[in-house]
This record gives sequence, C-alpha cells and structure tokens, in this order.
Amino acid sequence: MGDESTTFSDGDAVPRVVIVDDHRLFRSGVRGELGDAVNVVGEAGDVDSAVHVIGEEQPDLVLLDVHLPGGGGVEVLRRVLARHPRIRFLALSVSDAAEDVIGVVRGGARGYVTKTISGKELADAIVRVADGDAVFSPRLAGFVLDAFSATDAPPVDPELDRLTQREREVLRHIARGYAYKEVAKELFISVKTVETHVSSVLRKLQLSNRHELSRWATARRLV
Amino acid sequence: MTTTATDTPRLTRAVDGRLLGGVAAGLARHLGVDPVVVRLAFMALSVGGIGVAVYVALYFFVPVDPEEQEEAPEKDSRRKGRDLSQVIAYVGLAAGLGVLFLLFGGVFDPLLWFVVFGTLGGVILWQQANPTQRDEWMTSTVGGAGAKGLLRASAGVLLVVVGVIGFLIFQEQLQNARAGLTFAFTVLAGISLIAAPWIIGLVRERDQERRERIRNAERAELAAHIHDSVLHTLTLIQRRADDPREVQRLARVQERALRSWLYQRPADADTTVSPALERVAAEVEEEHGVPIEVVCVGDCPMDDGLAAMLRAAREAMVNASKYAGTEDISVFGEVDREEVLVFVRDRGTGFDMEDIPEDRMGVRGSILGRMERHGGSARIRTGPGDGTEVQLRMPRIPEV
Repeated sequence: MGDESTTFSDGDAVPRVVIVDDHRLFRSGVRGELGDAVNVVGEAGDVDSAVHVIGEEQPDLVLLDVHLPGGGGVEVLRRVLARHPRIRFLALSVSDAAEDVIGVVRGGARGYVTKTISGKELADAIVRVADGDAVFSPRLAGFVLDAFSATDAPPVDPELDRLTQREREVLRHIARGYAYKEVAKELFISVKTVETHVSSVLRKLQLSNRHELSRWATARRLV
Repeated sequence: MTTTATDTPRLTRAVDGRLLGGVAAGLARHLGVDPVVVRLAFMALSVGGIGVAVYVALYFFVPVDPEEQEEAPEKDSRRKGRDLSQVIAYVGLAAGLGVLFLLFGGVFDPLLWFVVFGTLGGVILWQQANPTQRDEWMTSTVGGAGAKGLLRASAGVLLVVVGVIGFLIFQEQLQNARAGLTFAFTVLAGISLIAAPWIIGLVRERDQERRERIRNAERAELAAHIHDSVLHTLTLIQRRADDPREVQRLARVQERALRSWLYQRPADADTTVSPALERVAAEVEEEHGVPIEVVCVGDCPMDDGLAAMLRAAREAMVNASKYAGTEDISVFGEVDREEVLVFVRDRGTGFDMEDIPEDRMGVRGSILGRMERHGGSARIRTGPGDGTEVQLRMPRIPEV
C-alpha cells in the first residue's frame, strides 16, 4: 500500500496493479504489454472476485473493465471505494458508449482509456492515475465538453456545473489528440498545471449532480 | 368392408379430417366406415338428444390420436385445419332437419333443438381452450390464425346465444318472451363474468407467445448478421494472416460495422455534420488502412460551406494517411455557436511548408483554397519531425 508521498512517475517505485477484466486473453495480453512498467499483483474476472482480490492485495491501482459480469465496473467501484477510498481506478473499455464512460467516471474512476490504447500509453496512464492524477482519453474529453455544453439551462451550482475557459481549452486539446506535455507547450503552461485542470474537471464531473449530465449521457448512447 | 381384430385401429379422436372434435372421424376409422355415415348417424340420433350426449361424452373420454397430434404442427395447415365448408353443410343439414321437424310438428320438441344449438356452440368454445388446438393456431400464420379463431369464437357465441334464448323462449311458451330475454342476458352476463379471466388469460398468453416469436426473430437476425459479417471477416483474417496491415484493416472495418450496427445512432450522415465527419474518416481509413480516431462535440445541420469543409478535412486525412508515415491520426470536430472547427492531426514526419511543390494540389488547392472560397479558413501547423495539424474553421450560417 503506497503512502501519500510515493510518486511512481519518478521511477522510484513500480505501481502494484490488479487487472479486472472478464476476458482472460485480454488480461494476459495487458500483462504482457505492460511488462516491467507495473507490478501486476492480481487478476479477477467478475465483480465478486474483483472485490475480494482488491481487498486482499490493496493495490495502488486497479485496471477496471467497464463491462463485467455481476454488475459492471461501477459495482466494483461502489463496493471497493466504500472500504478503501484510497485505491485508484483506471477504467478500460471497448464500448465507448457515453453512459458507460460517464458512469464509471462518476462512480470514482480517475481515468478512462479505450482498449485500443498501446502498451506504452497504458503504462503512462497507469503511472499517472496511481500518482493521483486524472487521465482522459480524447473521446472522454469530447464527452465531457459535449456534456457540459449541452444545455443553456442555468447551472444549479456554478462552481461545479461549469468548466472554466482554461479547463475547456485543455480538454479541447486533449480531444484533438494532444498529450499532456504537448498541451502544456501549446498553452504556455506547465504539465503540472495541465494535470491540475484535468483533475479539476474530473472532480466537477464526479460531484456535479445536475441531471443534464446523466440525461445527456443516456440520450447520446454512442461515441 | 371386413375388419379383423388386428387391423382395427384403436379408438382415438382424429386430428386429420375432423370437423368438430374428431369424434366422428375417429369412430369412422375405428369402425372402418365412411365418416359421413357416422356423422349422419350422430345427427339422426341427435333428434332424440342422445346423439349429442354420446358425442360430447366421446369427445371427453376418447384421447386424441397421439401420433397425429405430434406430426400435426408440421403438416400443411390447410390439411390439419377443418374443412369449413363441410361444417357449414352439416350445420345447414341440421338446421334443415330442425325446420322440417318444427313444420311437421309433434314428432319432436323444438326445445331440444335449441339444446343442440347451445351444445354445439359450447363445444366450439371449448375447443378454444384445448391446449393442442391453441398451439396449432399459434404455429400457423398470424393473420390466418386470428381470423379463424375469431370466426370460430363468434360462431360458438352465436350458437350459444341462439340456443339459450330459444330454450328460454320455448320454455316460457313464448308468453314471457321479454322476461325470458332479460333473463337470458342476465345469464349471459354471468357467464361472461365467469369466462372473462379465462379469455384475458388466453389473450395474454397469446401476446406473450407473439413477443417470444419477435424475440426469436431478433435472435435469428443477430445470428445471421454475425454470420454474414463477423464470421466472414474472421475467415478473411485467417487467410491473410501473413499481412498484418491487411489484417488490421479488416479488423477495423469489421469493428466499425459492428459498432454502428449495435449502437445505430439516429442522426443521419447526410444531414448533420458530426456523423458526416465520422463517415468521412471511416471512408479514408478504409481506403488507406491507417486508423483514424474521431471525436466530435456538438452537431448542426449541413450546408454548402460545411460540405466543402468536410471535403477539405477528407483531403487532410488522406494526406496524413499517405505521407505522415504514422499509425494514428486524430480528428476532432467541434460545433460552436458561431463556427465549426475541425482539427486533423498526426504525429508523423511532418513537412516544411516552403518545400511543398506547386503541383501538390492537395494542400494548396483542396484544403486552403477550398476553405477560403467558402468563407472559411485553414491553417496548417507542421515542421519536419513535429507531425502535422490541419485546422479548419468555417462560420455557421445563423439559423433562421
């Protein structure tokens, strides 16, 4: 169990990871692709065994499939975070359906990537999320922009229900396929600041309870 | 016709060639005589009322021929269905006999005839509740089964009503006809009350079976789709296993097809920007085999300027696929209140704008020139080794 000060991005330590996915082939594929970048300490193929393995191993990060037998990734998040709020989750999915993506992020995942991601990018994302940052795929950034601009209705809580101009800029660059480093260079800010903006967007996404968000996600079923 | 004990069939109710319950047909087969003879005999016996009683008793106590029952659903529906014209003929005959007896009087109490009518109707209605019968209707075509069932039911109800009313009228010797009618309707109301749950149950069961059938049809459609597309692609992939690029292309094409089939979006690629952009990207990807990731935010109706923008975007994607030498291209489209933006970005080799030969019409003509002609603008950011990003901007025509 890593303490608060551990940072994996420095290369001092390797994050301990549990892979939760119902396809065994996919689990072993990811394990192989990640290689030495992470330390895979456990695997699980459904909600119950995932909750069990995560409780036993107390990993730094859980790589969580959105679609799982027994309630889906959201159910794992609900049951694990209630007892171990410090374990971090990176959601992984093949579907890209908006309601799934928004669902796991609102359920507590700190990032979302698609299964087509390359091994190196996935390792980077894992390290980032394990360090407490947020990881948005271009698609998730697009979803968030869309969701937060979907309506002209006055926000219930302006602090949570609106993105700042800067956050919007950062998201737009991510949606265009820029890496954090490239976004930073483009906007003349530090990578740290980019991370702060993304984390702040994540917080808004998770805490904002305006129903437009869920309604938007349901209305826009795909991509 | 002589029959011996060995070749005499067991007495069963016939499914083939029956008119009502298969009693007469079954009996005829058992006795080795023509069914018409048996039917006429029943009718003659019915004059005294005994025939009806015997028929009803046989109907309930003689089992349905099990072999015929099993094979019946696969048979031609016209064969297993009753010959309606024959039924009508017999009913007509019975009615004629009744009228004769009524006219010549004395021989026979008209009361009995109404009992016959009532029983006949009752039997038809009873038939509806017979499970094998219901299944039989369910497996035949929807429209036909419905019409047939309805016809049967109304015929049954009519006969019962005629029978009951007639019975009551004649019992009161026509004097208290009005009171009798009132009574009849009261009785009918009572019967409907009793029968209602059964009828509702029947309708519900039928609905459920119909839903089941629709679900089965959907499953069949899914199976057919998977067979036509996915299995086909998997076969192709196995055959082209030595060509990774082709394998990847096939997999991407199949993935996209399956995705759009599973989550079909209502938006039409011909009328709004966002699905149109996705379609353009899909086409370029299919042609050139380089994966293109598309993210769209917002949507708006197409117009000429936006169509030109999509052509420019297409050109940018084609260039990135052909010259950038990269394996991933990002496309981002954003519909703003005032304008539509499209970014096509690759992390490839990039190029020096100064070095573009004049004959490379792609960039100058198809992208920059086209955007400007339609009132938009294009910017290209690139440099050797930095990848390329084409930024397209087109003002929106204000909605009226």
